[in-house]
Amino acid sequence: MVLTIRGLTRTFPGQGRTAPTLALQPTDLDVAPGEFVSILGPSGCGKSTLLRIVAGLDRPSGGTVTLGGRQVTGPGPDRGMVFQSYTLFPWLTVRQNIEFGLRERKLPEAQIREISEKFIARTGLRGFENHWPRQLSGGMQQRTALARALANDPEILLLDEPFGALDHQTRELMQELLLEVWGADSPEARKTVLFVTHDIDEAIFLANRVLVMSARPGRVKAEVPVPLPYPRDWTVKTSPVFAELKARLMAEIREEVRKAAIG
Amino acid sequence: MEPLKPVSAGARVVLGIGFFVLFIGLWAAVTYGGVVQPLFLASPGAALAAGISLFTEYNFLGDIGMTVWRVLGGFVLAAVIAVPLGLMMGAYKGVEAFFEPFISFARYLPASAFIPLLILWAGVGEAQKLSVIFLGSVFQIVIMVAVIAGATRVDLVEAAYTLGARSRGILRRVIIPSAAPQVMEALRLVLGWAWTYVIVAELIGAQSGIGHMIMDSQRLLDTGQMIFGIVVIGIIGLVTDFLFKALNRRLFRWAAL
Repeated sequence: MVLTIRGLTRTFPGQGRTAPTLALQPTDLDVAPGEFVSILGPSGCGKSTLLRIVAGLDRPSGGTVTLGGRQVTGPGPDRGMVFQSYTLFPWLTVRQNIEFGLRERKLPEAQIREISEKFIARTGLRGFENHWPRQLSGGMQQRTALARALANDPEILLLDEPFGALDHQTRELMQELLLEVWGADSPEARKTVLFVTHDIDEAIFLANRVLVMSARPGRVKAEVPVPLPYPRDWTVKTSPVFAELKARLMAEIREEVRKAAIG
Repeated sequence: MEPLKPVSAGARVVLGIGFFVLFIGLWAAVTYGGVVQPLFLASPGAALAAGISLFTEYNFLGDIGMTVWRVLGGFVLAAVIAVPLGLMMGAYKGVEAFFEPFISFARYLPASAFIPLLILWAGVGEAQKLSVIFLGSVFQIVIMVAVIAGATRVDLVEAAYTLGARSRGILRRVIIPSAAPQVMEALRLVLGWAWTYVIVAELIGAQSGIGHMIMDSQRLLDTGQMIFGIVVIGIIGLVTDFLFKALNRRLFRWAAL
């Protein structure tokens, strides 16, 4: 296992007289190298909290996260992340953004250039290298964010609703692009991915395993393998297997959304 | 007119110049029309004539040079200390907790009220002039820079952490570049205030400078010279402001997008 999570919980302390909020119930999770795991759940179910703890950006109230045998105690370059909000550094060009982590590691200039070139090409950013983020559409910004995370060659890629702010068509294109970039490596060399989303289609289309989270306080309530072979393209979304999975996940999610809505 | 609706560039220029014309027109009307005695307010023509004689007979250029040097000297000194301190305060909450209460208090101390003390400590020489500007600017800059740096987007800081940056890298590669355009804006603002302090400093115990000239003119009841001096300050302020803005646009093209 590349990622092992044991008994992970998170409680947010109450403000003033409000009671503390339990965001995450004790959660266990094992992810094998090269797996693409979607974490599906309604808003506020703690799925982002789970991801942020793996990233080291949030501290658990209990339990452990172990990545590649080492316990996670803070953020680090071994866990690349793409956020839902646009987090490119606006003062750096696309290329400089992609090279941010490489410069932090003080790699030789020639190697930095070589790596950024590779990911500019892979993510379809050719011709935009010298643009500033504010000159790019949302989709192009997220491509850059993906390239920036991948350029660091992390052990695991953490994606927190990265396409959540994009329009529907762009989002579908980005899903295909993500699979393409991810699948460009040989199956043994593929990155391990944790992908958080509330979009059922997206969860199925991308992952080989979908974890359904319950309404707050979150826990993994169901685990659904996706037996669709890679490489996938948009046509799988109309296949019977896809429809069947979708029906099942919808039933799981609806129940949780209802619970969340009632409070 | 509709709220928030932009006007064309041409209309902006015409309107902007229009008010100057109106202002000078009104000034001319009350002075040439005899509404106000020349003793109290010189006419535009008299002010201009007084200005020309200032340059040709009284070495006014030297006064302007002195004043500009004092403003820039005191201001640069203040910025060199205040900007790094402000950045540290914005970035590190412990540093902020240490300095912030004192600086919040100190920035309400009016710089001009220190002039008598400063004369006592530093005499009436350049050191006193520079310290007035310095005292008037330094606390303002610290507080503004600290607020700007403290408002760095948390998601950018988090992104940098996930890319392997540590404390130093976050400060150097995220907080500073993200704050830089606004810090320059703050400096531009404080430089404007520094101009008001220098004149006050020069009104008392100075042998040169625009403020000193205005003080001298008062003794001679030469309202033309006084008005000209004030207008020159305004023009220099406008020019430095313009240069600052142009520099910011050049340095931070990304921020203007």
